[in-house]
Amino acid sequence: MDRTEYNQVKASTLVEVARIAAPYRDKPEMLMEVVLSVEEIVPMFSSQVTAVIAREMNIPQTQVYSFISFYKMLYTGKRGKYIVHMCQSAPCHIRGAKEVLESAEEFLGIKVGETTEDHMFTLAYSPCIGNCDISPAILINGRVYGNLTPESVRDVLKGYIRGEVQ
Amino acid sequence: MQELKVLTEFCGVINPKDAKDYINVGGFEGLKKAVKMDGQEIIDVISDSGLRGRGGAGFPTGRKIQFAYNTDSDIKYIVCNADEGEPGTNKDRVLLSENPFLIIEGMAIMGKAIGSNCGYIYLRGEYSYIREILQAAIDSCVANNLLGKNILDSGFDFEIRISSGAGAYVCGEETALFESIEGKRGEPRFRPPFPGVSGLFGKPTVLNNVETIANIGLILKHGADWFKGMGTEGSPGTKLFTVIGNIKHRGIYEFPMGINLKDLIFNCCGGVEDGHQLLAVQAGGASGPFINAEQIDMPLDIDYVSSSGGRLGCGTIMVIDETNCIVDIVANNAYFFKGESCGKCTPCREGTTRLYNFIEDISQGRGSLETLRKIDDLTETMNAASLCGLGRSATVPVTSAIRNFRGEFIKHIDKDYCPKCQGKRGDIA
Ligand SMILES: Cc1cc2nc3c(=O)[nH]c(=O)nc-3n(C[C@H](O)[C@H](O)[C@H](O)COP(=O)(O)O)c2cc1C
Ligand code: SF4
Ligand code: FES
Repeated sequence: MDRTEYNQVKASTLVEVARIAAPYRDKPEMLMEVVLSVEEIVPMFSSQVTAVIAREMNIPQTQVYSFISFYKMLYTGKRGKYIVHMCQSAPCHIRGAKEVLESAEEFLGIKVGETTEDHMFTLAYSPCIGNCDISPAILINGRVYGNLTPESVRDVLKGYIRGEVQ
Repeated sequence: MQELKVLTEFCGVINPKDAKDYINVGGFEGLKKAVKMDGQEIIDVISDSGLRGRGGAGFPTGRKIQFAYNTDSDIKYIVCNADEGEPGTNKDRVLLSENPFLIIEGMAIMGKAIGSNCGYIYLRGEYSYIREILQAAIDSCVANNLLGKNILDSGFDFEIRISSGAGAYVCGEETALFESIEGKRGEPRFRPPFPGVSGLFGKPTVLNNVETIANIGLILKHGADWFKGMGTEGSPGTKLFTVIGNIKHRGIYEFPMGINLKDLIFNCCGGVEDGHQLLAVQAGGASGPFINAEQIDMPLDIDYVSSSGGRLGCGTIMVIDETNCIVDIVANNAYFFKGESCGKCTPCREGTTRLYNFIEDISQGRGSLETLRKIDDLTETMNAASLCGLGRSATVPVTSAIRNFRGEFIKHIDKDYCPKCQGKRGDIA
């Protein structure tokens, strides 16, 4: 996907969004599925995007927006290609999550909540990701990394920068 | 004490995507029996087994199924709560990814019992990588006539759909979970009506935790007496425990209900890591109480733990060694609840934020005894007036920590230097 599209989503992308949402007209219970599929092709859920989803599914645009803003893994703002969920809950916390986080911040040159300039990474805080048996753990686009140290977290990120991991 | 692998017997052994693999080791025998029984017979077996919910509250599962059975409706639903949002809990992940057939079988049996033809598995967003395994397992069951139309040629139809969460702890609360599946914000509903009368899409619904459901096929297969032969009288069966934190052997273990907490930590899991001393244990996930090293000699049985002010709940045991500051950990905990409150009701929306601020004040040397008194007042209000369990359980870790580690709180109020949390003050990670 083209991340220069932040401010103005291309017409062709919006057509694609409409194609995803249209089969679920008057089926509001499919909103999560639609949103998760649309997420793969848009840089962010801007008002243009939510308007198309609302129109095609025949639900109010405010409902789409309020839905997306409720769930922490969905973003109404800018986000990178890879979202790095840094677990902050106690089991990770007492095993050095803070040092891992600081190392990642320093390596990427951004703070938690921010996105790198090349739109590659977003660093996000996350409550427990359910892998405390290998804490401290992080989650990057559905992949879990555990038993991290300030050094090893950098290696993980490097793998994405080099393109070793997709 | 030896592990007793009942639910986890075939975890890591079978291919979780191929139903035949599970059939070959004796799987789906419970379903085969159930399709020939009538609803009340199935419910009687489950009630008689004494199975109680593994998701938190320990409610008798048979009674829950009976409610939905008793309500007349042409459409009913079975819902599997795979939200596993409780920090420190990893057990459902293991069952979902290593033996999803136990869950599928249990849901189908409950479907047969109450006359439901449709089940949902609500999978938390953080487990999106498991969805593919679950879907493959479901497809494989359909291909083997264990799901879909006319299951095992019995005339009973049952399908299972997967629904995704996207990062919200409160969606583990049953009515919030229904809202989420329905395509709305996951905010809890007022009760009554209860789910057995009006649940998902307003229809009678049975909702259970992953681990609870995983027991059902085995109970049908081996009988209620077999099940009652394990565990304690009030809490029969086995329990999955996630033992994590500063412990030598972290992991997910299965033991009979009633195992002693001290044994679990020191004998089964090798004790505290690196020769450190035990400071505290938090049992039951983020909403469980903090207890000190003297209090850990207790049987892990649903009723015993609740009578001592705790919740066995999801079976999480977080071990904390003396290099940690309890005030810092309580602050981390309060931050979690502040972030997860859905905001629907005032006592919790405002209360969780105020509670975090009070703990931060104490942690940073701005607190006084008056702060502790205010915490008492606030937690009392939150307990009495919160709409769902989140607002009520947010108070448990705080009040228990203050009760059991009062000296540490006073030290921070006195502005005594705390070498353990000094570097961490002012933030939460
Ligand atoms: C805030 C909150 C979060 C919850 N999270 C979960 C969860 O992640 N998994 C779960 O099984 N139950 C969770 N529960 C408990 C459920 O509401 C429900 O009681 C349980 O799933 C019932 O299943 P059981 O009878 O099999 O235990 C949560 C409850 C509350 C109040
Ligand atoms: S108690 Fe908290 S989480 Fe529950 S409904 Fe009220 S605000 Fe929402
Ligand atoms: S606390 Fe970090 S994965 Fe559970």
